[in-house]
Amino acid sequence: MEWSWQRIPAEYLVTGVKLARGGKIAARKGYLHVKKGRVEALGVGKPTAEGLPVLEADGLILAPGFIDTHVHFREPGEEEKETVATGSRAAAAGGFTTVVTMPNTDPTIDNPGLVRYVIDRGNEAGLCRVLPAGAVSIGRQGQGLAELGAMVEAGARAFTDDGSPIENGKLMAAALKYGNLLGVPIMSHAEDRSIVGSGCMHGGYWSTRLGLTGMARAGEDAAVFRDIELARASGGHLHVCHVSTRGAVDIIRRAKADGINVTAEATPHHFSLDHSRCRDYSPRFKMNPPLRETDDVAAVADGLADGTIDCIATDHAPHTATEKELQFDQAPFGVIGLETAFAVGVTYLVEEGRLDLGQLIACFSERPARVLGLPLGSLEDGAEADFVLLDPSGEWTVDATTLHGRSENSCFLGDRLRGRVMATFMRGRLTWRATEPSLT
Amino acid sequence: MSLQRKDVLGLEDMSAEEILLVLDIASRFRAVFDRPVRSVPIMRGRTVVNFFHEPSTRTRISFELAEKRLSADIVNFSVATSSFSKGETLRDTAENLAAMKIDMLVVRHGSSGAAQYLSRVLACPVINAGDGCHEHPTQGLLDIMTMHQRLGDMRGKKVTIIGDIAHSRVARSNIWGLNKLGAEVTVCGPPTMVPGNIARMGVTVEYDLKKAVAQADVLNVLRIQLERGAGGDFPSNREYHRMYGITEDVVRGLKPEAFVMHPGPMNRNVEISSEVADGPRQVILDQVANGVAVRMALIYLLSGGDPGALASGEAA
Repeated sequence: MEWSWQRIPAEYLVTGVKLARGGKIAARKGYLHVKKGRVEALGVGKPTAEGLPVLEADGLILAPGFIDTHVHFREPGEEEKETVATGSRAAAAGGFTTVVTMPNTDPTIDNPGLVRYVIDRGNEAGLCRVLPAGAVSIGRQGQGLAELGAMVEAGARAFTDDGSPIENGKLMAAALKYGNLLGVPIMSHAEDRSIVGSGCMHGGYWSTRLGLTGMARAGEDAAVFRDIELARASGGHLHVCHVSTRGAVDIIRRAKADGINVTAEATPHHFSLDHSRCRDYSPRFKMNPPLRETDDVAAVADGLADGTIDCIATDHAPHTATEKELQFDQAPFGVIGLETAFAVGVTYLVEEGRLDLGQLIACFSERPARVLGLPLGSLEDGAEADFVLLDPSGEWTVDATTLHGRSENSCFLGDRLRGRVMATFMRGRLTWRATEPSLT
Repeated sequence: MSLQRKDVLGLEDMSAEEILLVLDIASRFRAVFDRPVRSVPIMRGRTVVNFFHEPSTRTRISFELAEKRLSADIVNFSVATSSFSKGETLRDTAENLAAMKIDMLVVRHGSSGAAQYLSRVLACPVINAGDGCHEHPTQGLLDIMTMHQRLGDMRGKKVTIIGDIAHSRVARSNIWGLNKLGAEVTVCGPPTMVPGNIARMGVTVEYDLKKAVAQADVLNVLRIQLERGAGGDFPSNREYHRMYGITEDVVRGLKPEAFVMHPGPMNRNVEISSEVADGPRQVILDQVANGVAVRMALIYLLSGGDPGALASGEAA
């Protein structure tokens, strides 16, 4: 990459790049022409415009900016774990230009004022689009429906009680009907707690061997099944969060074949790691849903490959080192993921031959854009110029000291991964660059 | 040969040779019990901390007795008196203990993996006195010692463990240790308490009590944790007793030489009938005595004790 500029100009060309769009990567090198933060033109071969400043990114892949449908930025209330600003920094470093923040903050994002608050914090940070999901129920208590309409007006793009399932089926049905009315998805943390109980890891051989209480797969399968039947009845858009079981993948696949309005996401850790990682009782591998069996890991990867699972979402869930040093059964659920997501995808899906690179990039861009109904993720002419430069063969080691968020609770610390994000641009502006000195 | 390890956290990572060494040393210490003076000055001037973060009576007393018979200085702290009730984390407790330069830690904790965690933070030897539902290696060793005394070489011997296998650290330590010595282990109990996947640990899963005990050389009957409450994992104490209780009737179906063990404390007429608990086929009090000996052996070996020195008469 040639970086001779002091600032990113208002109009410029990025040349020598292989464009990734529509699930494919162009064989020939091409260019992107950015003007006033928007896509002016793009294509293979030489750019038609002349006399513009040029960013020569020889051989890198230019992809639409990544979109994460599921992050926890912890603000307001748990700023010691993450803030919208620190989370945005991690997002940019991971190639993300758009994130959907979960409402399980303190207080819960369950009214238009708090929706605005999160959006404002995101604009202040200015590193990615922060789109808040509002809570389905007031205080995420699973009792009364929150004012979804007012929150949509304030800028909420989805609704969920994530962190907790909506146990009351009637409330879930109402949420799906309102979501349908308002044109937004209801994101389901699908977990039947009457089945899962007080488990702290996947219920299987390893939980038995380690003497830890297990969470049965049936708890996720049953909850996904219920929500899909409610979606069928209501016509509302159900988005299933962090799919982790073979059973859930199968149920969603059948539902899609039936024409039900359902989409789904899966996390990098669920398509890469299995429950044996818990063998040393390290809470770095504790999250909900938990790491499952090898056949679940394979089923999630297959689901991404055949489109049953629409997109990759990180479920980026920062926790302080103090909390994550507790005993396994006492430590909180959750792992971070923004900065490793692309590399885990390359290392575990592309290198393993389950997806090609073009499909992987689509799982981070146009597919989540479709889930959210956003005019992003495909670099159409005139669209806002959110894009990312990628080196799919670059290797790096995940090091806690070089992560950009506030917390270090990653499953992949110390791991050697392949796939680097070299630079991230939002609305034509640089938000992240892998090598110093960075431009502003 | 001596014990080349810092800690004893479980039987999962102990070799057959190590287990047999501990049993050998323990049997020599047992000989000391019959002398008028039952202590030996091996641990004089060394401090052992007994950290019990979960209620325990017999294991704690057994460890204390073992430590006293080795002439160690003992500090006890338990959950009721420690600052844990004030919200201190395990890490802080560990760092405090490390700063105080103790010579050995014995830990009982409700969280599986807690002993392993402490062993990583502390430079001194750590003995796991039971961590959650994971392992209880000294109980496993005393059980195996009790079997070994009666059956000799454990290869091919059939041991049936009955009860709440899912929540039992005693079961796991028995399984690991007995497998190392070549015994054939069967686990039995209602399916709510015996997960089928435990077969991958190298045991036979049998839900029918009659079949599970028919060929057994030993029954190890686990305590049913009544505090977990009937109605979830089992309908009632009576129902459990009817289906899985070790009664005179069950004992009559055993091989003539087979015997019955129980780690205590017993729920009479739940997992074991009073007739069996007090009858001629049980070896429960022998387990108790072996417990002290096994703990003496471990403390001795982990503090650098030389098995050869003991053989030449230091203890005897």
